[in-house]
Amino acid sequence: MSTATTRSTTPAKRSFTAGASEYINDRTGIAVAIKGLGRKAFPDHWSFLLGEVALFSFIVVLISGTFLTFFFQASMAEVHYDGSYVPLKGVEMSVAMASTLDISFDIRGGLFVRQMHHWAALLFVAAIGLHMLRVFFTGAFRKPREINWVFGFILFILAMAEGFTGYSLPDDLLSGNGLRIIDGMIKGIPLIGTWTSFLLFGGEFPGTAIVGRLYTLHILLLPALVVALIAVHVGYVFIHKHTQFAGPGREPTNSVGPPILPIYAAKAGGFMFLIWGVISLIAALFTINPIWNYGPYDPSPVSAGTQPDWYIGFADGALRLIPPGWEFVWLDRTWSFNILVPLVAIGIFIGLVVAYPFIEAWIKGDKREHHIADRPRNAPTRTAIGAAGVTFYAGLWAAAASDLLATHFSLTMEGVIHALQATVIVGPFIAYFITKRVCLALQKKDREIVLHGYESGRIVKLPGGEFIEVHQPLDEYERWRLVSYESYQPLMIRPNARGKITLGQRVRASFSRWFFEDRIAPVSKGELESGHDGHH
Amino acid sequence: MTRTKRRAGRRHPLATVALLALGLVFTGGAYAALSTGTVAQAEIDPNSQQTIEEGKKLFQANCATCHGLEAQGTANGPSLIGVGAASVDFQVGTGRMPMQMQGPQAQQKPVQFTDDQVKQLAYYVASLGPGPDIPADHLVNGGGDAANGAELFRINCAMCHNVAGAGGALTEGKFAPPLTDVSGVHIYEAMVTGPQNMPVFNDLNITPEDKRDVITYLKYLQDNRSPGGFELGSLGPVAEGLFIWIFGLGAIVAITVWITAKSN
Repeated sequence: MSTATTRSTTPAKRSFTAGASEYINDRTGIAVAIKGLGRKAFPDHWSFLLGEVALFSFIVVLISGTFLTFFFQASMAEVHYDGSYVPLKGVEMSVAMASTLDISFDIRGGLFVRQMHHWAALLFVAAIGLHMLRVFFTGAFRKPREINWVFGFILFILAMAEGFTGYSLPDDLLSGNGLRIIDGMIKGIPLIGTWTSFLLFGGEFPGTAIVGRLYTLHILLLPALVVALIAVHVGYVFIHKHTQFAGPGREPTNSVGPPILPIYAAKAGGFMFLIWGVISLIAALFTINPIWNYGPYDPSPVSAGTQPDWYIGFADGALRLIPPGWEFVWLDRTWSFNILVPLVAIGIFIGLVVAYPFIEAWIKGDKREHHIADRPRNAPTRTAIGAAGVTFYAGLWAAAASDLLATHFSLTMEGVIHALQATVIVGPFIAYFITKRVCLALQKKDREIVLHGYESGRIVKLPGGEFIEVHQPLDEYERWRLVSYESYQPLMIRPNARGKITLGQRVRASFSRWFFEDRIAPVSKGELESGHDGHH
Repeated sequence: MTRTKRRAGRRHPLATVALLALGLVFTGGAYAALSTGTVAQAEIDPNSQQTIEEGKKLFQANCATCHGLEAQGTANGPSLIGVGAASVDFQVGTGRMPMQMQGPQAQQKPVQFTDDQVKQLAYYVASLGPGPDIPADHLVNGGGDAANGAELFRINCAMCHNVAGAGGALTEGKFAPPLTDVSGVHIYEAMVTGPQNMPVFNDLNITPEDKRDVITYLKYLQDNRSPGGFELGSLGPVAEGLFIWIFGLGAIVAITVWITAKSN
């Protein structure tokens, strides 16, 4: 932690840098910002960089996307392809498809940039996902950061929307199949479904309007929202300051780590270039979305192995897992529960994700601010809930690849589907119980280590003939990390001011019991001292 | 190599190696010369009695257990009367027959017979009743219109075999195999005979010229690697998603750990 401050002395001979700085500062007053922000410290932990990964890959998406807009034409007018890819020569296709092929084959660097755009987009959403998991499992969504969790969640949804609209633009077979599934899902909604579909597609699917409309969303509205929300999201990180893991000298009121200027900024800058390098390498070496194989969209063919990009996979998987026969005619209307059930299930799932910080705060009745990140084991119920959610999502996600799982592991398609149906329904419960037990066991191990030290592997024979293993005590830094966490107790039901016990309180109390009934309290000072003296 | 000029020639440490190499070259060369000779001399005549007799012997020794002594079929295998030479050439020539075991579909395995034996078997079965013949060379050498073939392939074949011919799943453990290293003859024969779970694409459905175009497209895919780099199995978004999570994000997490390693 360097704490050098800029001194405003006026040397006899001013350097160019000093002159330039003063010139800029006199006109912009930027010194205030640099003083304020540049001295902010950023805690150092690898998992705190995942959000930056998302940010930096978004920059790649933005720049490569701008390049693509120079050449892409969002029109569904029919043309005969006349570019250099032989197996599509003379084939009738939309201008959108033809211009994407031209980007791929006839514009210098076009294929590289296209692949960069797509790979970076996949990485963008993946990094957001991992970042969200980090925030969830370390409890970094607690007050005052609940609102920023919501902003981050909206960014995740927007990123998926960006991805899906982009996936649909080239008007190749894969994107057309994807749109057809969306069209089917919309049409499955009672009353408004058909109307909504016609509104969206400008008539019967596929029509001639959808690529143009999606393009406007993809390059104008959605990116504007993403950029604005990223600004807000990152702004709040500055306002709230970053969370940090417990350690000596780390208080809720401070933030321990290298300051933004110059150390952290330099590191983050280097990190940005590393990520760009990784993306460039992948884009240069690995094919993504070979639209030349898929050919132009035509409503009749569907390729084996037609899947959405990974982040929409869970929705596709949910559709695949529904057993047959859930669509029936009633009151002269078709009721597509094969579509409605996945829609509702996914809706509830993502609703729980966005609402989780508020739910947990309510259960705890906790109105304090939290700036020290939890170790996942120290919040066993939350970690177990997270594991259950991950299992549920992973089951749906894997289901999107059910056909490839069947062929590549020599299984039957039906077997894979049934196994995944079981995973999605039973798996979360199993994951919950296993994770909770593992967390509690790890906490017990921590207690054991704090009280008795760690096993040194040194065996000593006592004069009486007894063999014991010598336990090495922890150093204080390590001990601090293991003992400083908050341990909640189940809420007691208490009558309110009017002497009544409300239903809300009962519900809260039962939730609280569920959360905190099984708990391992951190080692207290008293225990530590008696533990050391007693040697039990 | 040893040289006669050198006095220690025969006693040179490398003499044994040289002798061995020489011997191998001669034996190998002679073997190659002889074996090409046999191929050249024995062009199988589809109609000769000898071919059919040889085929019948092979059939009764290797196929009759399931298909019956006269290829009339049994409870374990269908009748082969009228399936044609194309069907036998495909099933036996790709190693699917004789079948290893009953299952959802016949698995490919190393081919059990020489090319000649396959042909003899094929013409024996063809002699039992009329059926599709082994296609002529000009239909299977990939000299057609790849663009037309690609379109036909997407409409008729891609729903099972995947647009890039990477294969795909069917129900009950059956599957459409990858077409990435299937020969033109076998592709043609598969279209006209409909092996395993594949439908028959007869000449009214897809004309011989169109079949030639489909083969031309598949040959194009076999001969030209993806312009974008490694194909990741041509499996589409699932392979791409796995790749970005495991290798892309994996590499980046490794970098984050590296970057933050010191200060911990």
